[in-house]
Amino acid sequence: MFNNFFHKMASPKYFYRIAGSLIPWLAGACLLFTLAGLYYGLYLAPPDYQQGESYRIMFIHVPAAWMSMFVYVVMAGAGAIGLVWRIKLAEIMVISSAPIGASFTFLALVSGSLWGKPMWGAWWVWDARLTAELILLFLYLGIIALHGAIEDRRTAARAVAILTLVGVINIPIIHFSVEWWNTLHQGPTVTRFDKPAIHISMLIPLLLMAVAFKLYYAFVVLMRARCELLERESNAGWVRELVESK
Amino acid sequence: MTPKRRQRVLLIAVMVIGVGIAAGFALNAFNENLMFFYTPSKVVAGEAPAGHLIRVGGLVTKDSVKRQQDGLTVVFDITDNAETIQVQYTGILPDLFREGQGIVAHGRLQGDRMFVADEVLAKHDENYMPPEVADALKTAHEAGVAGKAAATN
Amino acid sequence: MNLNEFLHMGGYAFYVWTSYGIALLILLVNIIAPARQRRKLLTDIARKARRARREI
Repeated sequence: MFNNFFHKMASPKYFYRIAGSLIPWLAGACLLFTLAGLYYGLYLAPPDYQQGESYRIMFIHVPAAWMSMFVYVVMAGAGAIGLVWRIKLAEIMVISSAPIGASFTFLALVSGSLWGKPMWGAWWVWDARLTAELILLFLYLGIIALHGAIEDRRTAARAVAILTLVGVINIPIIHFSVEWWNTLHQGPTVTRFDKPAIHISMLIPLLLMAVAFKLYYAFVVLMRARCELLERESNAGWVRELVESK
Repeated sequence: MTPKRRQRVLLIAVMVIGVGIAAGFALNAFNENLMFFYTPSKVVAGEAPAGHLIRVGGLVTKDSVKRQQDGLTVVFDITDNAETIQVQYTGILPDLFREGQGIVAHGRLQGDRMFVADEVLAKHDENYMPPEVADALKTAHEAGVAGKAAATN
Repeated sequence: MNLNEFLHMGGYAFYVWTSYGIALLILLVNIIAPARQRRKLLTDIARKARRARREI
């Protein structure tokens, strides 16, 4: 039965339908978490003892930065699955995720810059953390460009999966950059082994926003995957049925 | 798993590990260049090039910040709790600049313990808390220190 | 806390609100783009199907 479920999920027709019914629920949950996170983060949470109100940029910056890495790891995993088992849906997940990951990375860089100017005194510095995150943005853009440059979809998917897997080494570099080298960027607050160095009243909105961003990725990637499926399978019987039933 | 798939898994693993090892060697080779700043200990040990534009970073020593007559130039000590160097800077300091905080200064070394900066950036730490909690922690810490001092006396 | 104080963000209004504004913009664009693309794809496929039927 379990196997059967996966077979059904991997079939484009069922995936298209199930994704279509999941999207509104995920989007609704995302909206709820976002509103709760914004209310808690912008209104309820107290100002920081050092940074005053400016630290509220964290509730955008940190979830965006986490997601920039999370999406990449998902892409690498899906890319590996696509390479080994040649599953069409895994290939679609890789290329559907890339623009979202690029958006999160861009958002992390811009919000970080807007936070760095008032606190550090500089919009940008070439320290290891910031440079590695910028390389991540270029990786995403390279993946999108490579996919666009190859006409044949399956060849493109294979090339993109290999590029994604080569670039995955950048993820641990981003994470550990603040520990391996002297950087202007501070060390990890939440994802360290001992207790998070953040007061509970600030941690709650941060986690609410982190969940909201995860849900956002989930429903947007499904939206993109549906488009990609329609494009690839525009001649398939189930697509024609779908169009005619409208 | 079919032999073909096993082969593909192996190929991917070899590729990822290979790239990882290559990146490890490369980063190790450029380790010095990836450091954003020199610590006061490195400067005192003579590892920072004199006369070149470099960055030094450390904590601003308590009660060391002195404003010059012109009102714009400040002189302060930075330390990594092992060595201390003096920094001279003319200009506007970032909001987070205060004694006990980390900073990174860009400029040139003059002599072995004097650094003339043209830019000072504040480095904030990874702790976030409301002001009241920070005050409470500080009071508790001071009480603890006083208690210890009283105990030893 | 009144509204003015809230919008002022302790003097960091520009940095805080620009961050949130850009975030909103980017996140919305990423939702609207695939939604419009799907609608366009479906109409294109439908048009092609109609044409194919007429030719037969």
